[in-house]
Amino acid sequence: MDKVSTVSPEPSSGLRLLVEKESGQRVLRCYQCGKCSAGCPVAYAMDLGPRHIMRALQLGLEDEALHSSAIWLCLFCQTCSARCPNKIDIALVMETLRHLALREGRRPAEKDIQLFHRIFLGLVQRLGRVHELGLGALYNLLSRHPLANVTLLPRMVAKGKLSLFPKRAKGAAEVAKLFAKVRELEKTSPLGKEQ
Amino acid sequence: MKSSVYAYYPGCTLHSTAREYDVSARLVCQALGIELREVRDWVCCGASSAHSTSRLLGLVLPARELKAAEEMELPLAVACAMCYSRLKLAAHELGDRAMLELVKGIVGGDHPEAVEVVHLLEVLDGRIDVPPKRPLTGLKVACYYGCLLVRPQGILYGDDTERPQAMDRLMQALGAETVDWDFKTECCGASLPLTRRDIVLTLSHRLLSHARQAGADCIAVACPMCHSNLDAYQREKEIPVLYFTQLLGLALGLSPRELLLNKHFVDPVPMLKAKGLA
Repeated sequence: MDKVSTVSPEPSSGLRLLVEKESGQRVLRCYQCGKCSAGCPVAYAMDLGPRHIMRALQLGLEDEALHSSAIWLCLFCQTCSARCPNKIDIALVMETLRHLALREGRRPAEKDIQLFHRIFLGLVQRLGRVHELGLGALYNLLSRHPLANVTLLPRMVAKGKLSLFPKRAKGAAEVAKLFAKVRELEKTSPLGKEQ
Repeated sequence: MKSSVYAYYPGCTLHSTAREYDVSARLVCQALGIELREVRDWVCCGASSAHSTSRLLGLVLPARELKAAEEMELPLAVACAMCYSRLKLAAHELGDRAMLELVKGIVGGDHPEAVEVVHLLEVLDGRIDVPPKRPLTGLKVACYYGCLLVRPQGILYGDDTERPQAMDRLMQALGAETVDWDFKTECCGASLPLTRRDIVLTLSHRLLSHARQAGADCIAVACPMCHSNLDAYQREKEIPVLYFTQLLGLALGLSPRELLLNKHFVDPVPMLKAKGLA
């Protein structure tokens, strides 16, 4: 973080320009008041809080931004966006950085969260809907935390909260096609968007 | 004049971990003469995972449900705050012409962006104009809105990003007292329970302790994710967490059994019995 305050501004940073283009937000409007980090419920767990992320973008510290845990821990609660005096949608900036980090194949600082999203979407792609027990089981298996979250399991089953077997929704085949089309488009044009 | 017929999108959790929300929502709507027609063959809205990882996928999955509602020619009522936020934000983002054309090319539909998406709270707000059968007198409720009903302001339903009132109004119309507290729209930890349980515990315990300090007997929620994060990991001095539709159902004279009050980890029935409400 010392680094953030000692390097010179890099107004033509490629990453900042890309983030601005894809998010429609103007990163240079941030004057570092810190309201975003003050209100962020997960800032305490991040390496760089939202204010630091904005600063890193302004200064062209691209690796710091793309490798931060912040872009994975952000819950998209949008408290920062709602309170920003310069009306910057900071949550959207965080999300855009996450998309870019994924596209560049960067190693995520929170790899379990990335894994969770992958498993979740994999289930939706196959079943059309989420199967919660399957989600938990696959996550435990693939994250190599076999005992994570098992304490709640007996009570959830007793309360009839979990269906044991996955069911394929009627719309599943259509969903699989939607996934395929999106993935195909994303290959040729990032975000399927060339505007 | 509000519609009395809606297309209804329950969302995945309402058919599994949050079945009591689905059941109570259908029962109270029926009791109030509101017809919910379930969207046929609905699929997942993509939740956090789709928009977190791909902007296009995060629009395409909700657009598929918007198209279904468009075909039904009805406003789309959504119970889960996460699904509501995804569907409503997608309709808003499809206001961008280029994005609309791109997404329509994948999903189909004519005007998915024009579908009116409403949360169940919005559907039920203002419907209680006569005193209910069993007023919730003496019950102190902390209304918890979370993030996904209120932000971003101007697009979603919330009347205020920090101090919304819609659920408070509804609970007051039922005869309950609502407590004033500062955590109405603080995040509960959202989709992190599997991956960063520590964060969910920190955030949810802070919320619970503030609700207790405000003198609440229970917390009312409008989102399955908030419900699970607040209900499942309580440690000391338990405080029941109920769906607002369950409290509404009680006031309308439905039984705890019909409303599936037994599904929660923290059993609300002893507290309700002590108040003469169950």
